Amino acid sequence: MSSVRVQVGTRKGAFVLTSDGKRNDWDVTGPHFPGWEIYHVKGSPADPSRLYASQSSGWFGQLIQRSDDGGASWAPVGNEFRYDGEPGTHQWYDGTPHPWEFARVWHLEPSLDDPDTVYAGVEDAGLFKSTDGGQSWRELPGLRTHRSGPSWQPGAGGMCLHTILLDRSAPGRMFAAISAAGAFRSDDGGGTWQPVNQGLHSEGIPDPAAEVGHCVHRIAMHPARPSVLYMQKHWDVMRSDDAGDSWHEVSGNLPTDFGFPIDVHAHEPDTIYVVPITSDSHHFPPEGKLRVYRSKTGGDDWEPLTTGLPQRDCYVNVLRDAMAVDSLDSCGVYFGTTGGQVYVSADAGDSWAPIVRDLPAVLSVEVQTLS
Amino acid sequence: MIRVVLPAHLRVLAKVDGEIQVQVTGEITQRAVLDALEASYPVLRGTIRDQRSGKRRAFVRFFACQQDLSHEPPDAPLPEPVTAGTEPYLIVGAMAGG
Repeated sequence: MSSVRVQVGTRKGAFVLTSDGKRNDWDVTGPHFPGWEIYHVKGSPADPSRLYASQSSGWFGQLIQRSDDGGASWAPVGNEFRYDGEPGTHQWYDGTPHPWEFARVWHLEPSLDDPDTVYAGVEDAGLFKSTDGGQSWRELPGLRTHRSGPSWQPGAGGMCLHTILLDRSAPGRMFAAISAAGAFRSDDGGGTWQPVNQGLHSEGIPDPAAEVGHCVHRIAMHPARPSVLYMQKHWDVMRSDDAGDSWHEVSGNLPTDFGFPIDVHAHEPDTIYVVPITSDSHHFPPEGKLRVYRSKTGGDDWEPLTTGLPQRDCYVNVLRDAMAVDSLDSCGVYFGTTGGQVYVSADAGDSWAPIVRDLPAVLSVEVQTLS
Repeated sequence: MIRVVLPAHLRVLAKVDGEIQVQVTGEITQRAVLDALEASYPVLRGTIRDQRSGKRRAFVRFFACQQDLSHEPPDAPLPEPVTAGTEPYLIVGAMAGG
């Protein structure tokens, strides 16, 4: 009998939600690490019992927690994230040089085939790797030291490396996305990187088509078709059919193309999901209606998914790491809100139900499909 | 033995209840107390001060004997009641929102 385990990171702790394959009845455990910001929790594809969690606090800094029993118990591992060499400067909000300073881990991406190997995307933007189950971390400095690095600027949420995608079909190929620098690709396991932002157009920067400087909110990939990437940018939903070498807009008939998360159906590489948000100054759904939009054509043609979602007086946000899909036969889609709701659809988005309604603001949602 | 009071979050991390005691050799300074504390409870490394520079985290404060020692040099001797064990050394999470 298949089951699912959902890891939810919130502003005040982590929660683990479990259900059988029907996804109707749920057990909720938590808060784990109560009172701490949990930016991300994610399980290893190679060992589903192995989970990693990013635990941080404005007072007490960064910790990384590891579970070897699926989230029932946790133990702290290494928390020293030291940039390689002299880190130099990037641009501050006012355009002046600002030293690279570690603030927190936004995203943890376990290796596809080794439970002891895990990548960490951090603020100020950098990529770290552990090969000993999180006990120690070393930077992969090729990204931060890219020649464009000194020109990178933070987005409103900080200069965070928030997305890491690993390509199972091409060993060594990986993607990272940084707000507000853009998307980057490596073909040598993170040693060297190139910006992959051609085709992006951002009105808020001096050169709208610049090589870097784009506020990429999220990129997503279907593992069976890794050359196709989808992107939710600050504004615009974008698609690449050549592994990021070029992008074109697929916002189509969306009511607004601002938003944060984007994800791909587990079995249909052309079926994608976004949550339109009114604007960069109004971080809530248009008209107070919480709607997921689904395209079954890889973009451009979108349909609103509303059944079971609040259609009046709803003013929550859905953050970039707060959407996930399971891989059951009927693909489950999950997302969490800044209002503390976690919604599930067990029918690929046709209908939705809340798993929980009153958690702290949700920062991240991940799901494991267990057999 | 030096008596140390941790803030609630760090007591949870260190898996201790209430006040703890650390053995400090040599001169009793803030640096020596924090070194001994981190040696006894490695999970606290990086939570009170930067692991590389040793600089106090911005929203952590050090109090003892009704004094704010947060801005004292780390190698300055601690007050005699702390070194004598009659007063605790307080590590405090600053009141700063949240």
